[in-house]
Amino acid sequence: MLEFASTALMLLGAGFFFAGTVGLLRFPDVYSRLHALTKADNLGVGCIALALALQADGLASALKLLLIWPLALLASAAVSYAIAERAHALGTPLGDAGADDPP
Amino acid sequence: MNVAVVFDGVLAAGLVWAAAGALLGRDRYRAVILFIVFGLLMTLAWVRLSAPDIALAEAAIGAGLTGALLLDALGGTTAATAGRARRWMVLPLAVTVAAVLAAVLRALPVRSGPLPDAVSAALPESGVTHPVTAVLLNFRGYDTLLEVAVLLAALLGVLGAVRHAEPVRLASAPVLQAAARVLVPLMMLAAGYLLWAGAHRPGGAFQAAAVLAAAAVLLALVGMISGWGRPSLRLRCAIAAGPLLFLAIAAPLAGRAALLVLPPQHAGLLILLIEAGLTLSLGFLLAGLFLALLRSDPVDTGKR
Amino acid sequence: MSATLLYALTGCALFALGLGATVLVTEPLRRVLAFNVMGSGAFLVFVGLAQRAGVSDPVPQAMVLTGIVVAVAATALALALIRRLERDDDDAR
Repeated sequence: MLEFASTALMLLGAGFFFAGTVGLLRFPDVYSRLHALTKADNLGVGCIALALALQADGLASALKLLLIWPLALLASAAVSYAIAERAHALGTPLGDAGADDPP
Repeated sequence: MNVAVVFDGVLAAGLVWAAAGALLGRDRYRAVILFIVFGLLMTLAWVRLSAPDIALAEAAIGAGLTGALLLDALGGTTAATAGRARRWMVLPLAVTVAAVLAAVLRALPVRSGPLPDAVSAALPESGVTHPVTAVLLNFRGYDTLLEVAVLLAALLGVLGAVRHAEPVRLASAPVLQAAARVLVPLMMLAAGYLLWAGAHRPGGAFQAAAVLAAAAVLLALVGMISGWGRPSLRLRCAIAAGPLLFLAIAAPLAGRAALLVLPPQHAGLLILLIEAGLTLSLGFLLAGLFLALLRSDPVDTGKR
Repeated sequence: MSATLLYALTGCALFALGLGATVLVTEPLRRVLAFNVMGSGAFLVFVGLAQRAGVSDPVPQAMVLTGIVVAVAATALALALIRRLERDDDDAR
């Protein structure tokens, strides 16, 4: 039962990472790419951390694995803000004429 | 064909792809980013090779600190793109070197010699239960001592080569500072844990020092501490304290048959002392390698 | 071919790639990257060979750990020298 839930969560997490990667490659500008990456960063990492925590060998290991998720959320939120603010300060336009990579 | 083989194959191909992109691509900025990606892929390779100590060190130092150093170096004068001269000589050279190395690899015997058994046999007397820490700080302790001396020499070189009028401080960013205020205490806790855990599981002084240095880099990037102009006396004493402690422990042992033979009944305590001193000093030292080079020119990627 | 042999061979390829790039590329920053790639290739060969027998050999792992830390110090020194070169070039103009 636990195995089944864990595998399902891992597949879900992989799905979010896949969606985020497709968004990174296909969206036209920095801001929408950041939007796609947050899906991968938040939900993808969360699902995979939860899946691994279900398979961990004790409560301590499970909690340590689950601790990864809020830390990843915090780092990703701060970094996304920094990238978006810098792009805006550089005057990166929205839409098709946007930059190739985030600065 | 099981999944592990596919994973290893994809990872190996990814390593070569990232390295080739970093070295041979057109754009400097992309080259540095791909190099950071290469560092992260190397971390995965170390995990696959059952070397968790090296994976920890590579993640913190190879991908983290080196990446920060390289991104800071991008702000310099934009040099010309990669020259294409002498291309006809390079490809045969590289292919020949790779082929010779691979042939020698295949010819080497699989059994690695008497060292692993010797280490396991001597492990109970070494004072720790983790073999890599025992090798690093007890059996090959003089390697580590000389390595610390090399790091000191590198820091002196960096301090001598760059000249700052006054310490550089980056613009403070309130949102990032809020994140740093949460992350830095956790990083210090993680460094202390890595130091303590190095005795019986993967971890140790170098990984702990790398996490401390990363915390300092984070604080500098959000504008909470400034770069180094000329480091103060306190800072220099802190950096020198670890190696001096190591030397102080090594000197009384100098008269014995081999170098740096720790007496078995005190080995655990001595190793902990040496590692604690090294964590502190190397943390400042590695941080100093970045902070002495920090400059305030914004990174100009040339793209919009 | 076992997984560890694959990584050791990848290390050979990375070493050769780094060596070729050191000769081919003239820009100083890329040369620093090339030296780092060569170093990583050498480390992979070390640990790949260490793991081949199946028993985890701690001595090469300790040496590679030392190597990684020394590599970052050497990279920092190289970048400092590049900075000094740039500054001297700017002053000379």
